[in-house]
Amino acid sequence: MAIPRRGFLGLSGAIAAAGLSACGSNTGRPEPGSSGTAGGDKPQLSQWYHEYGEEGVEEAVKKYAAGYPDATVTVQWNPGDYDKLVSSSLLTDKAPDVFEYGGGPTLDMIKAGQALDLTDVLGDARDQFTQSVLDAASWEGKVYGIPQTVDMQMLFYRKSAFDKAGVTPPTTIEELITATRAVRTKDMGGFYAGTDGGIGVLNSMLIWASGQEQISSDKTGIGFDNADGYNAFAKFAELSHTEGFVPSASGDWSAASPFVNGETAMQWSGLWILPEVTDALGDDFGVLPFPGVGASGRQSVIFGAFSACVNAKSKNVDAAKDFVRWLWVDQEDYQLEFSTAFGTHIPAKTALVPKADKLADGPGADAARFVAEMGHANDKLWTPAISQAVVAALTNVVQKKADPKTEINAVAEKAKADIKRLNG
Amino acid sequence: MARSPLARRIRGLHDRNLWQLIFVAPFFLGLLIFTVVPIGWSAWLSLFDARNTVTPTEFVGLDNYVYLLTDRAFQTSLGTFIVFALFIVPTTFVISLSLALLVNRATVARAFFRSAFFLPTACSYVIAAMVWRLVFFNGARFGLINSYLRELGLEPVNWLGGGNYLYWVVLVTLRLWLQVGFYMILFVAGLNRIPADTYEAAAIDGAQGWRVFRHITFPQLRATSIAVVLLLLINAFQAFDEFYNTLISVGNYPPFAKPPLVYLYLISFGSGSQDLGLGSAGSMILTVVIAIFGLAQLGLVSLIGRDRR
Repeated sequence: MAIPRRGFLGLSGAIAAAGLSACGSNTGRPEPGSSGTAGGDKPQLSQWYHEYGEEGVEEAVKKYAAGYPDATVTVQWNPGDYDKLVSSSLLTDKAPDVFEYGGGPTLDMIKAGQALDLTDVLGDARDQFTQSVLDAASWEGKVYGIPQTVDMQMLFYRKSAFDKAGVTPPTTIEELITATRAVRTKDMGGFYAGTDGGIGVLNSMLIWASGQEQISSDKTGIGFDNADGYNAFAKFAELSHTEGFVPSASGDWSAASPFVNGETAMQWSGLWILPEVTDALGDDFGVLPFPGVGASGRQSVIFGAFSACVNAKSKNVDAAKDFVRWLWVDQEDYQLEFSTAFGTHIPAKTALVPKADKLADGPGADAARFVAEMGHANDKLWTPAISQAVVAALTNVVQKKADPKTEINAVAEKAKADIKRLNG
Repeated sequence: MARSPLARRIRGLHDRNLWQLIFVAPFFLGLLIFTVVPIGWSAWLSLFDARNTVTPTEFVGLDNYVYLLTDRAFQTSLGTFIVFALFIVPTTFVISLSLALLVNRATVARAFFRSAFFLPTACSYVIAAMVWRLVFFNGARFGLINSYLRELGLEPVNWLGGGNYLYWVVLVTLRLWLQVGFYMILFVAGLNRIPADTYEAAAIDGAQGWRVFRHITFPQLRATSIAVVLLLLINAFQAFDEFYNTLISVGNYPPFAKPPLVYLYLISFGSGSQDLGLGSAGSMILTVVIAIFGLAQLGLVSLIGRDRR
């Protein structure tokens, strides 16, 4: 029997459509926020983490989630550009209920009502956390993220190189400049802070080290357009042109390889390279904060903490809040394990710091002390546009010998306009 | 069944117009949904302050545009694009045309050479940028080119550091390597369309070498040349991958060599912020600039063409 052409086409089209409609609904991802609470079922929560570099973290966080008795928590592990992933997903209804974010949620997220106020989740436990760390995740007195663990940056230096040159570890920028020149050898440079000459990672350090703040206290502009600020930029330009300043190395500032391979005697890097450096160099290194600059100078370090946030538009807001309180406020064993069992990080709760054996002595203990005594975090009003303007200003001062005052004043103009756009 | 005369006119002879629409419909629908609607939405969004949302919130009129056009960094980025275009468009044109002429004249393994030059087009911009940055032009002592310089007794050069203008060498060579093959193929196609008897006639008249090229080959390649230059210009304008991956370091992008797209990406999406109104305004500005360049080029070419008649 010959099927007419049209009938055949129509039939095959219908079969294809039916077949295709069967696919597409199983995305392999957990369905967030679907609360099957009818009849006493536990609520379903979804939790997002970014891909940590250390091994074993994924298993650990899944263990914590499985251990929660009052809800079924599904953990999603996200490689790649986590920031953009979370920001985009919060625009949809497939957003996670609980998610971590570097430094707490951004001001945009807070103002758009995407991050929930977690001050009541903390409750009395507020004093148990290191204040500076908690402040970094707060806005106008309210806490929007519970810090999970703290990471920080500091200056690593080779003790043997310093002993050979007869130089003491520097505490001011002048001492740093002298030390850079003194400890360099034919094969080993003096100071390294990144392939861009340290401008990207150290621009805010200069601001704090000169005793200033990123944003002024009235929150309308920058806080470093004054003589101390200009001096800080000028001093950094001087450091960049010192012999022994390493402009480029086998890895960026965040990698251990330049320091471990002996390409540089001092490197500005982060706590995360501590295990690798200890393995390779044993005792032959120490850590320092960034030296003070100028008359009102103070030594400083920068820290950051991924903080647990709750999606304010989640369908299970209360269950999410309870989970965050259970894990990141109550479960101190898990918090300690999370901070210390994978790489080296500093627990966010002050009382847990002495219990971490890697931070008990040596450089680890120094790092914890730096964060507690002289740690700073990026202000919530420090927008990408302001950050870029500062990088451009510092680059001009270093490379084109521009006048720091003119450059910083240009940044001040830009910052005023940008903060007005952001904060009104 | 009687159709009104108007309906019959619209539907055309044997419903020709209707079928035309039906066949074009899927493509047109796709174009509408994936190109026209987003562009329109973006233009609408650019008039609002849209942070962390794709739906417009507060109407700010042309504030986003004013902010961008008065921004020193944005103006610098437009300048960067123009410098990049000035470097890359003539260079790519000359090199790909030369390669096309050479490959066409090859008597041995012509297909091999064509494929060999075309192969880099298949390479990812990101991978190529990383190889250029970490292997060839690494600023450390042991970078490939720096090693050769050291053998010759010269100082290692910090290619991407910015104290000099040598990062242009890195970026232009990267782009050339990646795209010359593609335009060479376009020229080869153009060359193959020139009828062989034109060359025979020229040979009889005694023309050879450069005169053949100047008076016969090049004029016959007019259409291809126009297309190639227009494509080169638009692609130069959309340069993002090679710049971003060559110059980004952990948490920072230097202020030099920042083309408009990189700049917009960093301020609209940097550090977790999502300033979509500003990004949309920037895209609209860039579209207008590309359109101006494209129209100017076409106008210039047709002006030249008119003189020749």
